[in-house]
Amino acid sequence: MRDVTETTGTTAPGDGGDVRLSGISRTYGDFTAVHPLDLTVPEGSFFALLGASGCGKTTTLRMIAGLEEPSSGSVHLGRQDVTRLPPYKRPVNTVFQSYALFPHLDVFENVAFGLRRRGVRSVRKQVRDMLDLVQLGEHAHRKPHQLSGGQQQRVAVARALINHPKVLLLDEPLGALDLKLRRRMQLELKRIQTEVGITFIHVTHDQEEAMTMADTVAVMNAGRVEQLGAPADLYENPATTFVANFLGTSNLIEAEVASTAGGEILVRAGGGGLGVPAGRCSAPAGTGARLLVGVRPEKAALTLADEAGRIPDGRNRVTGVITEASFLGVSTQYLVDSPAGKGLAVYAQNVDRDPRLAPGAQVVLHWDRAHTFALDAAQDIEAGVERVEPATAARTEEAPGTAGNPARAGSTGGTGGGVKEAAG
Amino acid sequence: MALLTWFRRRLVVIFGLLTLGYLLLPNVVVTVFSFNDPSGRFNYAWNEFSTDAWTDPCGVDGLCDSLALSLQLALWATLAATVLGTTTAFALARYRFRARGAVNSLIFLPMAMPEVVMAASLLTLFLNTGARLGFWTVLIAHVMFCLSFVVTAVKARVMSMDPRLEQAAQDLYAGPAQTFLRVTLPIAWPGIAAGALLAFALSFDDFIITNFTAGSTVTFPMYVWGSAQRGTPVQINVVGTAMFLVAVLVVVVSMAVGNGRKRMKA
Repeated sequence: MRDVTETTGTTAPGDGGDVRLSGISRTYGDFTAVHPLDLTVPEGSFFALLGASGCGKTTTLRMIAGLEEPSSGSVHLGRQDVTRLPPYKRPVNTVFQSYALFPHLDVFENVAFGLRRRGVRSVRKQVRDMLDLVQLGEHAHRKPHQLSGGQQQRVAVARALINHPKVLLLDEPLGALDLKLRRRMQLELKRIQTEVGITFIHVTHDQEEAMTMADTVAVMNAGRVEQLGAPADLYENPATTFVANFLGTSNLIEAEVASTAGGEILVRAGGGGLGVPAGRCSAPAGTGARLLVGVRPEKAALTLADEAGRIPDGRNRVTGVITEASFLGVSTQYLVDSPAGKGLAVYAQNVDRDPRLAPGAQVVLHWDRAHTFALDAAQDIEAGVERVEPATAARTEEAPGTAGNPARAGSTGGTGGGVKEAAG
Repeated sequence: MALLTWFRRRLVVIFGLLTLGYLLLPNVVVTVFSFNDPSGRFNYAWNEFSTDAWTDPCGVDGLCDSLALSLQLALWATLAATVLGTTTAFALARYRFRARGAVNSLIFLPMAMPEVVMAASLLTLFLNTGARLGFWTVLIAHVMFCLSFVVTAVKARVMSMDPRLEQAAQDLYAGPAQTFLRVTLPIAWPGIAAGALLAFALSFDDFIITNFTAGSTVTFPMYVWGSAQRGTPVQINVVGTAMFLVAVLVVVVSMAVGNGRKRMKA
C-alpha cells in the first residue's frame, strides 16, 4: 500500500477558513490509528472521509473536533492553530453518530443549547428559523425519544448548524437510518450545505453516500489516505487496488507488459492481448513488468462468441463462459470465467435483453481501450473487496492470490448507476 | 367446572391481591388503632372510637421531640450521604485509579454486614476516641451506612449514561462546569433522587445502630421501642399513619405530574 499524502485545492495554506491538518497522527499504545497525515479541506467544500470501520476516519474527525488529542502534528482552522484548544473553544460543531441528543431537554432546548452556552440572549427566533430549515417547526416541544430516527437526525444537524460553525463535522450521521430515508437525508444534507455554505466534513463507510454528497472524497485505509479526489475522478482513475475495489467494483486482471507504443501499453493476459492508455497506468510499465489491468463492470459488454465478428475493431476482448446471470431490474449482472481471470463482472442495461446470454454461453467480454486502467501488481488484488463472510475474517488476513473470487461481484449493482450520475 | 375455569383465569389477579393485602394489612391495623381509645396503658385491644390522639398528636411527653430529632437527623444524613455518595459514584464509574476495585467491593460492606456488628464496632470506635455520644455520633453513623446505598443507586445511572452526551455538550461550547450542571447532573438526577430517598428512609427508621451510638439522645424509633415496654400511646399510631399518608401522597402527586407532562407533550 502506498503512503499517499496529498493536499487538495489551489489555495495557499492558511488562507481563509480552510481546515488544514499537518502531520497529524494518533497512536494508542502500539496501535497506530492514524498515520501522520496532511490534509487540506478548502473552505465551503463538502468533504468526505471514506473507509471501512477501524480505518482511522472517525479518529481524524475527532481530532478536528478536539475530542481526541493528536499524538503529533497540528490542526489549523484558517490562520488559527486550534491543536491545543478544548472542544468548547473551537468554532467547530459535530453531528454525532446516533446523534447524542440530550434526552432531558426538548427539541427546542437541544437546538438552543450552543447559543445559550455562548450567552446569546434572544434565541427564540434563531431556533425557530433553524427548526424550519430542517422542517421540524411543529415538533419543538417534543423530547428526543418521541421522534423518529430521521427527525432525531435533523435535530442533531440543526443543533450543530445553528452555531454557524466554520466547519461542520458529521460522524456517520446516516448510519442508523433505513435505506430510503438515508437517500432522502443525503440530498437534504447536500441541500443544506449548499444553502449555508459551511464546510462539511463527512465521515462514512458507505461509498455511494460519499460519492453522492461530497465534492472531494478521501479514501482511508489502515490509518492512511489511499487516494483523494473528486468522486468521478476516484472512480475512473483508482490509484490502488483498495480504491478500485472499495469504490464500486472492478475487474482486475493480472497481466505482463509486452510492449509500449504511441501512448499505449500492450499487455499479455491469459493468452490474449489487451491495450491500456499509457496515461491511465499508475505503475512503471517497462517491458516484462507485472500490472493489474482493470475495467469497471458497467463499461464492459458481452457478445456471443459466434457473433464476435460484430465487435468493432480496437476494443479489448476477453473470451470466456458465463457462470452466473442475475437480473437486477435496471440491469443484469453477469459473471464470466475466462483464462484471463475468474468471476469477471459485467453490468448490462436491460434495454434489449438477449435470452441467449445465460450461464454456460460462450461469450466475448469487450470494452473500449480508453476505459482501461492499470495498477501496480505488487499489491493485494483483493484489497477493499466487500466480504460476504462476517467481518471477523479481518482484512489483514486477505491473501493476495486468486483473482475473481465470486464474492467480489457481490458489491452493489446500483453503484454503477449512482456513479454515472455523479460522473455526468 | 365453571368455577374452576373462572378461578384459573383470575389466578394472577387473585395472588396479586393477596400479596397486596399481606403488605398493607399492618398499615391498616396501625391506622384503625390510631382511632382507638384504649382502656389501659396498651393500645393492643379495640375499645371505642375516638379522635383524641389525632387532635393532640404531641400530647405525650417527648414524642414530638423525638420525631423532630429523627427528621433532623434524616435530613442531614441524607444530604451528606447524597453529596458524598454521588461524588464517590462518579469517581468509581468514570476514573481508573489504583484502589478502584477494592473501593468498589468495600462500598458494599455496610449493606452486607449485620447491623449489630457494625453498631458495636462504631460504639467501640467512638468510646476509644473519647467522642461524646449524641446527635453527632448518630449522624456520623447514619451517613456511613446510607453512603453505600447512594453510591449503588447513582453508579448504576452514571454507568448507563452515553459518554457522547458530554462530548456533545463540550462540542456545543459548554465548559467542564457547564457540561456537568447542564447535562451530567440532570441525566444522573433520577439515580441521585432514588439514592437520597433510600437514605432518608433508612436513616429515619434505623434503630439498632442508633441505639448503640445515641447515648442519652432519643430518636423516634427509640421512643417507640421505649414506650412499647411501659405502654404505647395512641399518638404513635397517629404519627405512623400520617407518615404512611405523606408517602402515598408523594407517590400519587409525582405520578400525576409525570402523566400530565406526558399528555401536554403529546
